[in-house]
Amino acid sequence: MQANTDQISYLTQSEAVKARFDKLKQREVILEVKNLTKVYRGAKGETTALKDVSFKTHRREFVCVIGPSGCGKSTLIRTLAGLESYTSGEVLLDGKPVTGPGRDRGMVFQGYTLFPWLSVKKNVMFGLEMNGMPSEEASREVALWLELVGLEKFANAYPHELSGGMKQRVAIARALVNQPRILLMDEPFGALDAQTRCKMQTHLLEIWRNIDITILFITHDLDEAILLADRILVLKAHPGEVQELIEVSVPRPRSPDQLFTPEFIATKARLEELIHPPAEPVDEDAVSVPSRMIRFVNVADNVE
Amino acid sequence: MGSNWFAVRQELTPERRKFLAIASFLLPLLVWALVSYVPFIWHPMVKVTSPGDVEYFQVDMLVNKVTFEEETATMQEEGKQLPLGVPSNPIYLPPPHKVVEALYTAFTTPPVQRDGLWLHQSLWQSIQVIFWGFVISSLVGVPLGILAGTYSAVSRLFEPFIEFFRYLPAPAFGALAVAVLGIYDGPKIAIIVIGTFFQQVLIISNTTRKLDYSLLEAAMTLGTSRWKLLRHVVIPGVLPELYRDQRILLGWAWTYLIVAELIGTSSGITWFITQQARYEHFENVYAAILIIGIIGLGTDMVLARLGKRLFPWDKPANKE
Repeated sequence: MQANTDQISYLTQSEAVKARFDKLKQREVILEVKNLTKVYRGAKGETTALKDVSFKTHRREFVCVIGPSGCGKSTLIRTLAGLESYTSGEVLLDGKPVTGPGRDRGMVFQGYTLFPWLSVKKNVMFGLEMNGMPSEEASREVALWLELVGLEKFANAYPHELSGGMKQRVAIARALVNQPRILLMDEPFGALDAQTRCKMQTHLLEIWRNIDITILFITHDLDEAILLADRILVLKAHPGEVQELIEVSVPRPRSPDQLFTPEFIATKARLEELIHPPAEPVDEDAVSVPSRMIRFVNVADNVE
Repeated sequence: MGSNWFAVRQELTPERRKFLAIASFLLPLLVWALVSYVPFIWHPMVKVTSPGDVEYFQVDMLVNKVTFEEETATMQEEGKQLPLGVPSNPIYLPPPHKVVEALYTAFTTPPVQRDGLWLHQSLWQSIQVIFWGFVISSLVGVPLGILAGTYSAVSRLFEPFIEFFRYLPAPAFGALAVAVLGIYDGPKIAIIVIGTFFQQVLIISNTTRKLDYSLLEAAMTLGTSRWKLLRHVVIPGVLPELYRDQRILLGWAWTYLIVAELIGTSSGITWFITQQARYEHFENVYAAILIIGIIGLGTDMVLARLGKRLFPWDKPANKE
C-alpha cells in the first residue's frame, strides 16, 4: 500500500474525482480563449508576451494559472479583464467577444485597490451605483455580501483601518456584488502573510462553494494552486505559452490537511518539473557559491 | 533609541516636537533681541544724549560712530566740552519691544491723513484682493488642472503654453493690467491671478497624474464608464492632495500681494507700509509685515485643521 501510493501518477484520478470532472465538463463554457497572442512593440523591437494561448473554463470551475516569472500570467488575466489589448486570437465570454473592461468580469488585484475615500460599505456599493442601481436597493444588497465575507461590523470603516486580509475580503465582495460571470484574481493573496493567506484560501473556497461563480486565479505558489484549483493552467516563459492543463486529482472538499496526500504530492512534483525543469542549464537568478570561501572568523571559532 | 534627537527620519515625541516648534520662533527672536539689547553687538550708531560743544549735534540725534569719535577727538584737542552718547542701532532696526508695542498701537493710531485708512481697513483691502485673485484663478485653474491630469489631449494642448507663460514675471504685466482694468482693485487682482494660475494648472495636473492608476482600472472592471471615472474616481481620489496644493498656492498668492498693491493707486497693507516707512515709523513697518505672516500662517493652520475634518481617510494629513 505504502509503495503503491508513492508511485501514484498525478494523472491517476479516483472514481469520485473522475465523476466530478465529467460533470464539470458537461457544464456550459463560460470563458473561451482561442489562440490568444499578444506582442509588445517596444524600443528594442517586438516581444511576444503571450503566444497561441487557448483554453476553456466551464461554469463554476476553479482554474489556477501558474508559471515562472515572465510567463505572462498577469498579461493574460489583464487581457481577459479587458485592461489590455491583444494582437490576435479571441477571448469569448458566454460566446461573446471581450472588447474592454466590464462588470461581467470581476477582478481582484494583488494591491487591493480599494477606494480610500469610501467606507467599506460604499466601496462594495460602488459597482452597483455605477450601474445605476438605486442606492436603497444597493445598500440592502451590500449588507448581504458584507455578511458573506464576514465584515458586516466594519461597514463604516475606511480601508486604511483594515488589515491586508480584510482589505482583500472587501475587494472580493466588491467584485462579487456585481454578480459577474467570472471572477479574475491576480495573485490576490501574494501580499499577505502565510497565516492570513491560509485563512483566505479556505474562505475563498467557502465562497466559491456557495455562489454561482467561475474563478480564474493567478498565483506563483504551487501549494495554493493545488489546494484551490480544479484545473491548473501551466504557462511557460519567453514567450508565454500553455505548457499543460492539469486536472488536479486531489478530491474535494479541500483542506490544508491534504498537503501530504499522495495525489497532492504527485501533482506538486509534476508542477515542479514543469516550472523548474531539471535539465535547465544555468539559472540566471541563482548565485553560484564558491567552493572555497574566504574565512572571516577565528580558526577555532567553529559553528559545526 | 527613542531618546535620540538625531535618529534618521524618525519622528520625535510630541513634547519634543512642540518644544522645537516653539524654539524655531524663539531662535530668530533671540538673535534679534541680542542685536538690539546687547550694546557691544553691532550698534554702529551713537545716540546723542548731550551735544556738548559740537554745533550740529542735538539730543536724541543718531550719528555714525566714526563721526562721533572724530568730533569727540576734535573737542578734546580744542579743550571744549565733550559730547555724550549711547551706542545705538540704525533707525531701521527697532528693538523687539517697540515692534510688539506697535502691533497694538498700529491698530489704535488714527491715520495720518484725514482721508487715510486705519490699519484694519488696509488689511481688509488686502485680504479682499488676495481672496478674489485666488478664487478667480482657482475657478479656472483647478478644473483645467484636473482635466489635463486626466486626459492627455487636454494636457498636450494647454501645458506647453502654460509651461512657457509661467516664466513671465507677473509684475511685468502691471502696466498692461492698469491700461485694461483701471487703477483700482482690478489690476491688483489680475496680477495675483497671473502669478497663481499658471503654476496652479501645472501643479494640479501633476497631482492628478499621481493618482494610482490601478484605482481607475478597478473602477473600470466594476463597470464604470469612461465619463463616470472623472467624477467618481479621479476627483474624489485627488481631493486631499489637491487641497494641500491649494494651501501652498494660497501662500504663493500672498507673496504677489505687495507687488500687486503697488500697481495703480497704492492700496491695502502695502500703502500702510510705504506710508509708515516714509515717516520713519519702522516699528510699524515691521508690525505690518508680521501681521501678514500671522494671517498667512493662521489661515494655513485653520485650513490644515479643516482638511483633517474634510478628509478623514487621508493618512498623511492625519499624521501631521
